[in-house]
Amino acid sequence: MAKVLVVTSGKGGVGKTTTTAALGAALAQSGQSVVVVDFDVGLRNLDLVMGAERRVVFDLINVVQGIAKLPQALIRDKRLESLWLLPASQTRDKDALTDEGVGRVIEELRSRFDWILCDSPAGIERGATLAMRYADEAVIVTNPEVSSVRDSDRIIGMLDSKTVRAERGERVEKHVLITRYDPARAARGEMLTIDDILEILATPLLGIIPESQDVLKASNVGTPVTLNNAESAPARAYVDASRRLMGEEVAMVVPAERKGFMNRLLGRRAA
Amino acid sequence: MSMNLLRLFRSRNASAPVARERLQILLSHERGLLGQSDLLATLREEILAVVAKHVVLDPDKVIVKLERGKTVSTLEVDIEVPNNFDKSKAPAERRMAG
Repeated sequence: MAKVLVVTSGKGGVGKTTTTAALGAALAQSGQSVVVVDFDVGLRNLDLVMGAERRVVFDLINVVQGIAKLPQALIRDKRLESLWLLPASQTRDKDALTDEGVGRVIEELRSRFDWILCDSPAGIERGATLAMRYADEAVIVTNPEVSSVRDSDRIIGMLDSKTVRAERGERVEKHVLITRYDPARAARGEMLTIDDILEILATPLLGIIPESQDVLKASNVGTPVTLNNAESAPARAYVDASRRLMGEEVAMVVPAERKGFMNRLLGRRAA
Repeated sequence: MSMNLLRLFRSRNASAPVARERLQILLSHERGLLGQSDLLATLREEILAVVAKHVVLDPDKVIVKLERGKTVSTLEVDIEVPNNFDKSKAPAERRMAG
């Protein structure tokens, strides 16, 4: 059965788009059919992070308004057969999205894919509420930083009240994904720890993505981090998270950067 | 000795516990506030309906306030009952407005 998963956070710049691309690619790589949907109307970026920015013809709004059929707007990933992108419009504004229009598109996507990953815009306005509206599950991307945790708390409240599932008295399955985590700083008491964040948000943990230069390297070249350097620490963390989404039990560890030969020789500690 | 030194070092740089405490205080307050907006509207509407059955009143002169203290919260209901308010002049939908 198809699952609709919203990647959300409230706060901007915490890694929603990176996460949508990385989890989408990881799920597709394990054989699932996946569509990643950009809900950031007017400020789309998922196309850029996926490396499909020059292939966009039609978008979500065109489909919602009936100007284009869904298959015309879907873009197949060049690297993975079962990974697709439904881009947002760059020129229109978020008011062009209607609740029932989005509902129709989501229903059609449900019949074609195993996973529908909705990349939410930042904020709590229309774009963000519509991205979560039809979700079965939610990944709340959180940085170990006070403003991000506060906004995540707010978003969790909205997931429990403003979604179709909540209105029917059902639950949206929520997971916290902690990104940009630095275990060394947390150990020194300079950064909120995983336990601090989970205790405050009272929501189960999906994964811990360590702070890493590989994330920027991947977005520079328009490739999900899980495909760009599968051996990197964030890639391994995202693959673990995707396996947990599929119901596997995977031990919760923070993958570390693998030490190079010279570093190992000199006995330097990995960050 | 080395453990004590470590602890000293840690506590001097440890800003995370401050972050954690600030968040806990802030969020317990904000969660209350967000739940409150609907509750207050409901209370106001229902109290108004009950009182209006027996007393003629101006719906705009009903104030419901909730104040949260550390251990106790207070609900304050302030209803102004005019001595010569003409009920027939207040439109029906205004009388019902929450």
